[in-house]
Amino acid sequence: MPNILAVVEQRDGVLRRVSFEAVTAARRIADVVGGEVHALLIAASGGAALAPELARYGADKVLVAENDAFKLYNADGYTAAAEAAARGKDYFAVLFGATAAGKDLAPRVAARLDLPLVSDATVLEVQSNDLVITRPMYGGRAFAKVTIDAATRLVSIRPNVFAPQESAKAGAVENVTVPAGNWRVKVLEVKAAGGGKMDVGEASIVVSGGRGLKGPENWHLLEELAAALGPGAALGASRAVVDAGWRPHGEQVGQTGKTVSPQLYFAVAISGAMQHLAGMRSARTIVAINKDPEAPIFKVADYGLVGDVMEILPRLTEEVKKLGVSH
Amino acid sequence: MKTIVCIKRVPDTEARIKIGGDNTSVDAAGIKYVISPYEEFALEAALRMKEAKGGEGEVAVVTVGEASSAEQLRSALAMGADRAVLLKGQPTIDGLATARALAEEIRGASPDLVLLGMKAVDDDQQQVGPMLAEMLGLPCVTVVAEFEVQDGKVVCHREIEGGVEIVECALPAVVTVTKGKNEPRYPSLKGIMAAKKKPLEEREAKLGPSRVRVQSLSYPPDRPAGKIVGKGADAVPELVRLLREEAKAL
Ligand SMILES: Cc1cc2nc3c(=O)[nH]c(=O)nc-3n(C[C@H](O)[C@H](O)[C@H](O)COP(=O)(O)OP(=O)(O)OC[C@H]3O[C@@H](n4cnc5c(N)ncnc54)[C@H](O)[C@@H]3O)c2cc1C
Ligand SMILES: Nc1ncnc2c1ncn2[C@@H]1O[C@H](COP(=O)(O)O)[C@@H](O)[C@H]1O
Repeated sequence: MPNILAVVEQRDGVLRRVSFEAVTAARRIADVVGGEVHALLIAASGGAALAPELARYGADKVLVAENDAFKLYNADGYTAAAEAAARGKDYFAVLFGATAAGKDLAPRVAARLDLPLVSDATVLEVQSNDLVITRPMYGGRAFAKVTIDAATRLVSIRPNVFAPQESAKAGAVENVTVPAGNWRVKVLEVKAAGGGKMDVGEASIVVSGGRGLKGPENWHLLEELAAALGPGAALGASRAVVDAGWRPHGEQVGQTGKTVSPQLYFAVAISGAMQHLAGMRSARTIVAINKDPEAPIFKVADYGLVGDVMEILPRLTEEVKKLGVSH
Repeated sequence: MKTIVCIKRVPDTEARIKIGGDNTSVDAAGIKYVISPYEEFALEAALRMKEAKGGEGEVAVVTVGEASSAEQLRSALAMGADRAVLLKGQPTIDGLATARALAEEIRGASPDLVLLGMKAVDDDQQQVGPMLAEMLGLPCVTVVAEFEVQDGKVVCHREIEGGVEIVECALPAVVTVTKGKNEPRYPSLKGIMAAKKKPLEEREAKLGPSRVRVQSLSYPPDRPAGKIVGKGADAVPELVRLLREEAKAL
C-alpha cells in the first residue's frame, strides 16, 4: 500500500502548526496515490491525547512514540523513534517539517534508512505515480523540480507554505516501541528568549528591523508592533543588525540566516540587499518602510511607506491595535 | 587534537544565477566561486582552537568536488589549515552520496572533531552533517554558533527556535556550524605563500549515483510591482486598510 507518513512536531505537549501542514500535504498525496496517512507523534507520556487533532486533518492512523525523555526534541531519541516507525514499512513518502528540529532529524533518519532526502519543499505534486518536489535553491535565486529514485521518498516541507485543511479521518492510535539506545547528546541548559516565543522561520507574520533603526534601544518599537499583531508574529533582523550585535543571529533573515515564507513580512529600515531578499522574497505580502524612496526593498514590496520609522512605527502599532487582530 | 573541516565550492552569494541550456544546472560562466560562508566560520573556529593550544594539533580540510575546487582548498590552506584533500567527483543535490564519499575519507583519518557548515548555500539542503555523523557512528550537534572543547568533550551553543540550547557530547563528534561571533579571517600574503607548500592530496570520490534527479530549474516568479502607499505617519491608516481589505493579511 502506498501509504504516507507525516512526522509531526509537538512542543511541551502542544502540536505545532507545521504538524497540520505536514498531515494536510500527506493527505493530498495519499488521495492521489490511494494510500493511508499515518502521523508519527513523538511525545512525552500522555501524548496520544493529541491524536484527534491529527485525525481532523486527515490522519488515518496516529503512531505514537511515548517516552518522558521526548517532551523536548533530542536528536538520538527522536531519530530512533522515527526509524522504528518507518523502517520496513515501504511508505511512498515520509514528510517532515523543515523546522529547526525537523532539519536536524530528517537527515539522520535518511542516513539510517539509506534513503535520499529533499529539504524545504514548497510544492508537492504527484505525476505518473511519482512525487515531483519543488524547492528553492541558491538562497531562493532559483527553484528546482526534483524527483527521488527510491521507493520511499523523504521530504521536509517548508513551514507556512502548505495551508492546513481539515479532512477528518479515523486517527486510530497505534504505539511505536522505541528501542532503548545510547543517547549521546546531553542537553545542559535551554536559554529561551522568552516563553512560547515564535521562531522567525515559522511565524505567520515577521517584523524585521534593519540598520536604519539606529540601535538596539529602538527595538521596543518593533516589539510593540509584533505584540499588537498577535502571538503569530515574530521579530527578524538584517545581517547588518546582527553583525552589530544588536540582535541574535537566530533572528537573521537572509541567505546566511533564516529563509522565511510568512503571510506578512515587514521590512523596517532595511535596504533590501540581494542576500536579504533571498530569505524573504517568498513571503505572501511584503511591506517596506524606508526613508529612501530609491531603496531596492521597494522593488519587491507590495506596499511601501516612505518616511522615518521612528515616526511611522508608533502610529502603525496604534492603528493595528485598533483592529484588535490576533493571529 | 585533529580537526577536519568539510568545505564546498559554491557560487558567491551575490552572483546572479543563470540557468544553463540544459535547464537542470547553473551556467558557471562569469560566476565567482567561494568557500560556502558557514564553512568559513567552521574553519575559523578550528584555527582559533589550534592557536589557543599554541599551534598544537592539526586542521585538515576536505572537499568533494571537481578539479576547480582545489582553488577553495588553497584558500583554506592560506587561511591556516595544515593539509587538504580533494575527493574528485561531481557533488550533486543528493547529500547522502556526498556524505558517503566524505565518510569514506574521514573514517580512516580518525579525527577528534569533524566540522561542517550548517548548510551549503548552493543546494541549501542542510543535511550532509548529520548524515555523515550517522555513517561514522558519531554523535552530532547541528546549527552551533559557539563551541568549546574540554576534557574530551565538546560543549555547544546551538540555535533553536527562540533561544539557545547548551548541549554536550563526548569526542569524537560531528558539529555543524552557523555564524558565531568570530569573523573568518582573510588569508595574509604570508599565508598565501605558505599554502603553496602545504600538502594537497587528490583521490577519487566514492560518490555513487545521485538518487535525486533535477528535472528542471526555473527562476523565482517575479513579484508583481507593488505600490508606494504614501509618505510619513499620515499614510499609515491607508496602509492598514490595504493590508486588511486588499491583501487580507490582517
Ligand atoms: C556572504 C554574505 C552573506 C550575507 N547574508 C545576509 C543575510 O543573511 N541577511 C541579510 O540581511 N544580509 C546579508 N548580507 C548583507 C547584505 O549585503 C546587506 O549588507 C545587509 O542586508 C544590509 O542590512 P540593512 O538593510 O539593515 O542595512 P543598510 O543597507 O545600511 O540599510 C539601512 C536602511 O535603513 C534606511 N533608513 C535609515 N534610517 C532610516 C529611518 N530613520 N527611517 C526609515 N528608514 C531608514 C536606509 O534608507 C537604508 O535603506 C550578506 C552579505 C554577504 C557578503
Ligand atoms: N561537496 C562537498 N564537499 C565537502 N563538504 C561538503 C560538500 N557538500 C556539503 N558539504 C558540507 O556539508 C555541509 C552541509 O551541506 P548541505 O547539506 O549540502 O547543505 C556544508 O556546509 C559542508 O560543510
